[in-house]
Amino acid sequence: MDFKEKVLQVIAEVCEDDVVKEEHDLDIFEAGLIDSFATVELLVQFEEQLDINVPITEFDRDTWNTPNAIVDRLNELK
Amino acid sequence: MTPYSSFLFFIILGILLLPTMILGVMGKRLRYYNVFVTIVVLAIIFSGGNEGFFSLVVFTILQVVLVKGYITYRQAKNSSLVFYIISFLSIMPLILSKILPILAVDNWASFLGISYLTFRAVQIIIETRDGLIKEQLSIFQLVNFMLFYPTISSGPIDRFRRFQKDEEKRWTPEEYKDLLYKGINKIFIGFLYKFIIGYSINTYFIANLDYIADGKFTNNLLYMYSYSLYLFFDFAGYTAFAVGVSYIMGIRSPENFNKPFISRNIKDFWNRWHMSLSFWFRDYVFMRFVFLMKKKKWIQNKMLVSNLGYILLFLLMGVWHGLAIQYIVYGAYHALMMAGFNIFETWNKKHKRWPTGRVMTVVSIVITFHVVCFGFYLFSGKPFQ
Repeated sequence: MDFKEKVLQVIAEVCEDDVVKEEHDLDIFEAGLIDSFATVELLVQFEEQLDINVPITEFDRDTWNTPNAIVDRLNELK
Repeated sequence: MTPYSSFLFFIILGILLLPTMILGVMGKRLRYYNVFVTIVVLAIIFSGGNEGFFSLVVFTILQVVLVKGYITYRQAKNSSLVFYIISFLSIMPLILSKILPILAVDNWASFLGISYLTFRAVQIIIETRDGLIKEQLSIFQLVNFMLFYPTISSGPIDRFRRFQKDEEKRWTPEEYKDLLYKGINKIFIGFLYKFIIGYSINTYFIANLDYIADGKFTNNLLYMYSYSLYLFFDFAGYTAFAVGVSYIMGIRSPENFNKPFISRNIKDFWNRWHMSLSFWFRDYVFMRFVFLMKKKKWIQNKMLVSNLGYILLFLLMGVWHGLAIQYIVYGAYHALMMAGFNIFETWNKKHKRWPTGRVMTVVSIVITFHVVCFGFYLFSGKPFQ
């Protein structure tokens, strides 16, 4: 499994919806798939499963809003 | 002089900002002239004697020392204890300003805008802890951010890194014209909201309620709705002034309101009402609390963690308004509503009992509107008189 697939898997688990694996430009906040609580869960999972530490204050909803955007941001932080 | 409260203030501001606009339209840098404007306006605001000028000076020095000291420390080490101590010292003046009035002593710690300025400072400390602010900041950068006069008295609460990007930016004439247009537009919306609609509701309706309503129940009911509307138009009007003037200064301060009365549920409401404050609490209190609980695995139950987070957030938000019974009850009320909605939402996700569709959306908006108005009724203090 490549990096992108792994990230999408984590997002799908947290959102409890596989749609994010198909629609990579879906705004997960606007679609109501994720809230601030789930966001924290996402950050914890990134740390545990991918070993990437994303500070809460780094997670800006405007730039971390779609699966593609999240993959890009994580690539920058890797 | 209280900002945006009199026409004299607007006239002075208009004259002072004229060179800013000319420089902006010519595509020149705004920074140096804006510093001059800031000093003059701060002098006008704080020269009345009741605004706590000396407390403001001491407060600013304290925050600069704490922030600069912590950044230097953080470049070498990262102990949680030091972070908590520095954060506590940073909010100490705010705590004092809330406690002193209860002890019935002179409130020497307080000054106009302390509640908002504290959040600007603490936020820098938290982002330094998270490693997002690594380089030492200059005294100019810190003071310029903390004492940015358009938003000094009641926000909106900006974020340092966002503010800094705008502050360092050299706007092209086209970009600045767009900002100027938006800024002036906002200021006129402010006039409409605060001085026409808000003023009218308060003067012609709320002040005459005793003649309009006959029974005690009707009186309180009408007060609840009219006060809620007044609160919105007054505060949204103030915010439009603050944001509009920021735009003219070349800083895109965040918005505070996004049609709060069409919220579909209480969670939605807190994404639309006093946003810069609720987002501050969301990012720096709620999410950090949840993160800590999850990482340390102290509490496993999801529902319990999020509800405890809401209780913490809204009780803090209540006390932040002041240590009075109405604010504490207001905070507790919203904590209860959020936790209740959280349980309902999770249950409904599984059972899908709440029908969807246009009619139900309207029903949800109406229910939320009433829940929210009752909250403002508590907030107003009228039930506790």
